[in-house]
Formats: sequence, C-alpha cells, structure tokens
Amino acid sequence: MRDTAAETPTGDDFRKQRFRFDLFLVLTWLASVATVIALVWIVWSILQAAFPAMAATGFSFFTNAVWNPNRNIYGVFPFLNGTAGSSGFALLLALPLGVAIAIFLSEDFLPSAIRQVIRFVVELLAAIPSVVYGLWGIAVIIPMVQSWGGFLSQKFGFLPTFAPPATGNSMLTASLVLALMVLPTITAISRTALVAVPKTLREGSYAVGATRWETIFKVLLPTAAPGIVAATILAFGRAMGETMAVAMLIGNSPRLTWSLLSPAGTLAGLLANQFGEASGMQVSALMYAALTLVLLTLLVNIAGELVLRHTQKTIAGIR
Amino acid sequence: MSIAIDSAPNSSIKAGSGWDRFRLARNTFWTVLCVGCSFLTLVPLFSIVYLVVVNGLPLLSLNIFAQLPPAPGLEGGGFGNAVQGTVVMVGIGILFAAPLGILSAIYICEYNRRSSLAGAVRFIAKLLTGVPSIICGVFAFAVVVLSTGHFSAIAGGVALAVLALPTILLTTEQAILGVPNSLREASYGMGATRFQTIFRVILPEALPAIMTGLMLAVARAAGETAPVLFTARFSQYWIQSFNDETASLAVLIYNFSTLPYDYQIKLAWTASLVLVVLVTMTNITAQLVFSKRRR
Amino acid sequence: MKINSFRIALSLVAASAAAYSASAQTKLNGAGATFPAPLYQRWIAEFTKADPKIQINYQGVGSGTGITNFTQGIVNFAGSDAAMTDEQIAKVKQGVVLIPATAGSIVLAYNLPGVESLKLSREAYSGIFVGKITKWNDPIIAKANEGVKLPDTAITVCERSDGSGTTFVFTKHLSAISPDFKTQVGEGTTVTWPTGVAGKGNDGVTALIKQTPGAVGYVEYGYAKNNKLTFAQLENKSGAFVTATAASGAATLNSTQFPSEILRAWPSDPDAKDAYPISTFTWLLLYKKYDNKEVLDALKKFVTYGLTDGQKFADDLGYIPLPKEVAAKSEAALKSIE
Repeated sequence: MRDTAAETPTGDDFRKQRFRFDLFLVLTWLASVATVIALVWIVWSILQAAFPAMAATGFSFFTNAVWNPNRNIYGVFPFLNGTAGSSGFALLLALPLGVAIAIFLSEDFLPSAIRQVIRFVVELLAAIPSVVYGLWGIAVIIPMVQSWGGFLSQKFGFLPTFAPPATGNSMLTASLVLALMVLPTITAISRTALVAVPKTLREGSYAVGATRWETIFKVLLPTAAPGIVAATILAFGRAMGETMAVAMLIGNSPRLTWSLLSPAGTLAGLLANQFGEASGMQVSALMYAALTLVLLTLLVNIAGELVLRHTQKTIAGIR
Repeated sequence: MSIAIDSAPNSSIKAGSGWDRFRLARNTFWTVLCVGCSFLTLVPLFSIVYLVVVNGLPLLSLNIFAQLPPAPGLEGGGFGNAVQGTVVMVGIGILFAAPLGILSAIYICEYNRRSSLAGAVRFIAKLLTGVPSIICGVFAFAVVVLSTGHFSAIAGGVALAVLALPTILLTTEQAILGVPNSLREASYGMGATRFQTIFRVILPEALPAIMTGLMLAVARAAGETAPVLFTARFSQYWIQSFNDETASLAVLIYNFSTLPYDYQIKLAWTASLVLVVLVTMTNITAQLVFSKRRR
Repeated sequence: MKINSFRIALSLVAASAAAYSASAQTKLNGAGATFPAPLYQRWIAEFTKADPKIQINYQGVGSGTGITNFTQGIVNFAGSDAAMTDEQIAKVKQGVVLIPATAGSIVLAYNLPGVESLKLSREAYSGIFVGKITKWNDPIIAKANEGVKLPDTAITVCERSDGSGTTFVFTKHLSAISPDFKTQVGEGTTVTWPTGVAGKGNDGVTALIKQTPGAVGYVEYGYAKNNKLTFAQLENKSGAFVTATAASGAATLNSTQFPSEILRAWPSDPDAKDAYPISTFTWLLLYKKYDNKEVLDALKKFVTYGLTDGQKFADDLGYIPLPKEVAAKSEAALKSIE
C-alpha cells in the first residue's frame, strides 16, 4: 500500500491518518481475538463441566432413550428428537412466512405507510419476553391444539406423526409458538438482505421482461441468499436454545415419541428444568446436554453452508 | 420501482401468448399469497398484544415506576427498581457486546476477509447462536460471581453480553457485506484510506442494518430470565451499587407469574406490558435516529 | 434514546438519594427453595419495615442451587425443602445449623367435572402415580367412594418436570407407603415418572390440571387453595380419610420426632388419627460461625422474628404454622450460632 517516496506527502495530516489507520486495524484485530477468546472460553467451560459425564457415558449418551438421574442413567435421545423436531417444524413454518413478509416489506405492493406499520408490528413481536409467549401459548394455543389434535389423532392416528396420545402440551404447541418467536429475526434480517440487493439487478431483470415475481425468485432471493441463510441460522439458534416458553408448552416428557401431538422434551428445557436442583453427576450430564446443543448448531451451520454454496454457484459474479 | 410488471398496461402482453398470460396469473397469485401471509401474521400478534394489554393495563400507573415490589399477600407497590435494573444490565451488556461485535465484524469483512482469524470468528459466533440462555448465566456465574464472591449487576451485564454477542456480530457482518462494492471502490478510487472508507462510507451506509441487529439483541437480552437470575438474582430495593443483587423485569415476571397470589400475577402482566413498551420505544427511537442518514 | 437517558437520570437521582442512607445498611442475601419464598419475603417486608437499616433479599432458585450457593459462601443463608444430607453438611467449612422455619402440605388436586369430593385410599393414589391404575372408574378407587359416579375417563397424571422439593417430599412419602413405587420410581428431587405429563413449577402443574379433564396431580396447598382446585381426601396410616387443613397438617408435624443433634426429620407416614399424610417442614440453613458481627446480629433478629411474629402470616399464605415445641427448638438452635 506504500506509495513511492515522491508521491507520499510528508504533511503531518497524512502521517496522522496513516497512524490512525494502523491503530484501527489493531483495534479491530484485538476485538476479533477477544471475541474468539471469550466464545472459546465458554465452549471450554461447558466441555470441562461435561467431561465426567462424557467419560462415563460416551456416545451412548446420544442414543440412549432413558434419562433417570436417580439411577444415574443418562441418555438424551428423546430430547435430541424433541429439539430437532420442534425447532425444525418451527423453522418450516417461520421461514416461508418470514421471507414472504420480508419480500412484502421490500417491494412496493402497498404504500410505504402500511409497510412501516407491518414492520413495526413484526418488530413488536421481538420485544415480547419469552415468559409472555409461554403464558399466551397456555391461554390460546393449548386449547386450540387440544381440540384439533384430538381430531387429527382420531382420523390420522395411524401415521406416526399424529399418533395418540394427543395432549394440549405437545411438540406442535411448542413449534407454533417458537415459529412466532423466531419470525421477527427472519423477517428483519431477510428484509435487510433484500433491500441491499443493487437496484441495477432489479432494473436489469425487469428490462428483459421478467414479471415481478420472476425477478424475486430468480434474481433477488438468490442474491440475498447469504443474508437469508444467516437469518435462518440465527433463528434456528434461537429456537433450539429457547428455554422458558418451550418448557411451559411442550409437556416436558422424558419418553421418546415421534408424534407431533404428544408431549415431548427439549435439551434446553431439560437444562432449565433440572439445573436448579441437580448436583454431582447430574450437573455434568446436563452440561453434556448443553454440548449436544452446540453440536446440533454445528450441524445446522454446515447444512446452511451447503445450501449457500449451491445458490452462490448460480449467481457468481453478480456482486 | 414503478416499472415492475404486475398489471399489464402494455396491451401486447395482454393479448400475448397463453404462456404470458400464465406468467401474469402466476405473478398475481404470488402477490396475493405474499400479502395474505403478511396480514396473517398480524392475527397471532394482535392476540398476544391484546392479552398483554388486557391483563397488564389495570394496574398500570405512574406510581408503578416509583415504588418497590409488594410482598406476597400484600397489594400496592410497583416495580421501579426492576425497570432500573433491566435498563442498567442491558446497558452494561450492550456496552460490552456492541463494540466487540461491531469491531470484530469490521475486521472480518474489511480487513482480512479470508484469514484464519476471520474464519475462526465466523465459525465460533455461529456455533454459539444455539447456546441456551441458561448457559450464558452459568458461565457468567462461574466467571464473575464466584470470583468476586457475590452477585452483581455487572455479572448480569456480562451474561447478557455473552447472549447478545453472536447476534450483533453476525448481523453487523451481514450489514457490512450489504454495502455495494461500488461504494468501496469509489472511495478508494478517491484516495481514501481504509479507515476513512470504513468510517465515512461503509459504516454510515450499513448503520440502519446494524441498528436492526442491535435492537434484536436488546429485545432478546431484556426478555431473558435465566442469565440474570443466575448472576444478579433479585432485589427488593433500589439500585445502590452495581456490585449488589439487582432486580430486573424478566426475573420479576418469572417470580410473580408463578405465585398463587392474584395481585402479584396481575403485576407480572403489567411488568410484561412495560417491558414490551420499553423495548419497542428503544427500537423505534434508535431506528428513527439512525435512519435519518439514509437518503 | 432520550427517553432512556431520562429514566436513567431519574433512577440515578433516586439511587443516590437512597445511597445517602445506605451507609449504615446491613445487607443480607439468601437463596434456595421456592416453596417457602413467599412467606420469607413477607417476613422480610414486615421485618424491615420495623428495622429499615437492614436489607434482606431472598430469591427462590431451588433447594439444590441454594445449598450449592450456601456451600460456595456467596449467600448468608439458604432455604431447603430437603434439609441437607450429612455429606452436604461436611462440605461446608463454617458448619451448618438446620432451622425448621415453616411447613406445608401437598395435596392431590384433580379435574373431574361433577365429582365434588373424592376419597383416595393409599392403594389408590400410590397405584395412580406408579401407573397401575389408569381409569377413574377403577374398582380400587370406587371402593372408597360409594355413591359417587366416577366417569370412564383415562387418568392423566400431572407431575413436575423441574427438580423440586415438592417432588422430593411426595416421592419420599410414596416410597414409604408403597414398595412398588419405591422400586419402580424411588425418591428424589427429580424422578422419572412412569406416566403422565409434566409441568414446570407448581403453577405449571396447576395449569395442566385445570386444562385437562381427568387429570390428577400433586401441588402445594397454597396453589390449590388460590386456584380453587378440588383436591382429594387421603387415607392416612390409621385408615382415616383426611383433608388438608391447618389442623391436620399440625397433627402431622406434632408427631415428628427430631434427633437431638440436628433438627432434621420427615414425617413420611404419620401415625396419628387426624394427621394429613403428606406434610413437611422446610428449613433455613445458617452457618455455625459468622465472621461479620453485624450480619450475624441482623440475621438472628430476622430469623427470631420469623419464628415468632412471622408465623401469623403462615395460614393466610397457605403454609402450616410451626408447632410451638418445634419453634422453641428452632430458636434454641438459632441461639447456638456465634
């Protein structure tokens, strides 16, 4: 970056700017290192606390379907299933809905005033504390799921997803509320990504005669894909780590079930429920469960990266 | 934007082939679906807001902010100290997490995008998005509370900072990546240094998006119970020092909503209402202030 | 941002005003069981009204966390529904004094529209919770309820998902009366129930019971009373069917024998004719030695208040007042702290 001696002004101004430039680089570098150290420290603490349980159970921790602290048997398979199921289903609902709203907010279907109102209203959802989502779920969603679930399990009970027993507190209830909780994250970040797509791309697409939606599907969404994937990862993270609301709605059953309509349990809920009273090996097992969540997040990230790489191939060079 | 082809003023398209009419119909279908979905989400939202307002409004008054929580079985009082505590602890949390997150994001986007440090930052930040909030509390407990020997608002702030950091970092990264390269090239082309480009061109351009991410983090931090419960516990008194137990709205709601006494349960709803209003006001103010720079 | 700064400014002014008088404050901090938390907080409010130089905070986080914090030395006192085991006591270097502070009953609340009163024999309720009895019109239940029309609905057992002292006491009692339960489930703050749905906290179980016809679950008496849940009369050891009241709870507590050195005992299966079978004490945990004289003085004053005047709030809030002999023993234990 050094200019030749003839071109480098020797004025104090420029020297000062150079100095600031280096200082800022150092500052941001330090921030990055500090971030890595802090976050690695957290993972390390979890690992340390989990080690006794890891040594005692090994990989059977993931496959064992029994969790009985009294008898020192620790297996999180039902909770893994519950976490993956509730978060997966929640994202299945929230992703299309969130992206649809983001598209709506970034295009001009309706006047700007209405769009601002909807945007405000979606961000209001983000401000609601998890406990309130839980309380609302108990008041509104549980009765709904109890009646619809009963009907579904009677008619379609032969399918494992709708098998009885159908209770109000179930994976479905938790998924519905979780979807609502992660919606603002997906919408806000996807909207940012869509708005950031250069105007030239839109105009170019319209110029060759594409309709609005053809433009959205073939140009805007692939270009905004990195942002949308980042939004999804954050949303997944929030859904998998959500404790309070899920613990109030999912039934907290340690028994393995494949049915959306039966009570289930999640890893985060397990932690929240049992940490207060746990001691000794149980604490270590709970930390092992936390580690499992981190590993699950890793899997989600890898999946996200793969999706991204696929879309990036098609739009390489546009940016 | 008005050159978008939704309706068809151009008669040649209308009278065109069946394929074009199909494309137009498909276009309308998607528009209807999209607008429909957007309004659909208003339904549960209004349901929640209605619940919070109906349950929280009865006890809402200015007195709430000037008084301390009532003991179980008694009535009256408020939760002014909890509002104080939430503001303080979220403030401390953002004070730690925002500079760290934003500066790190600048480094990994603008300086050494492909370095191993950048890769490590991205990897570990994404990994920790899934960490349940209770772990943030447990970590801050082990690191701050056990070493200082007492609960404190600072420990609560640290727990919230840990919770907010991945979100702030990842959204800021997206915000900075969203700045068109043409602006960067123009800036360098005019002879600006990297620092000048970042500070005067990129950051202002990315600021609204950074604010969005920051507000998402603030909203989450203000509403989470476990991190503050483990580190700052609760206090029945006004804040006297940042080294004491501190009340917070989240723990107040958690405590009171699980009691079998009606007045406390009603107060919990009022606290929820206050929390939602507080966070939303912060959100709106921040976005208004920082979007003025947008053309 | 302006609004937040204003609020912060306001709070700082209030805080500095409060801090002005804070110089002579003695601050006490406690944590532990959530069951007695409302009563302790009422004591705190009433006690500090008379003595504003003392500030006390008690937060319900669970007996286990309370004991851990107590062992770590970051709280001045703790609360526990499960007292402390000898191994736990050995880990506390300052020594531990267990002080029974109050007591409560656990009731079996149920949701059967049309069934106003229900009698559950020992066989019935232990059978329900071990999963053997699955329908309400089972003959074992019907035997004790002549003349009551029991519906043909399935029984939904409601239990606690979170670790809890309530679960500990309830499972201790069930293990004492039913060998089946003891082998299949056992006792503990967290157990793996063979059947049913789980809710978080007493309030979670209460909500479950309210929403599920055919449900039965175990909750603390205060929650059942305040939410107007119907609860069953239980058969005690001497064969009588008893309802949970202050009197029947007191009968249980009066029959408890404490060993001489340590005030720790569980009336898991009381003999007395009018005793309610599931009642228990809850303890305050204090150190044997305190370094700080002010803290010790304040703590002694506070606990003495709780054991004497404070007991008058117990019944209103859903607790059982301590029997006089037990209160006297607690005060004696308190005096032994230096």
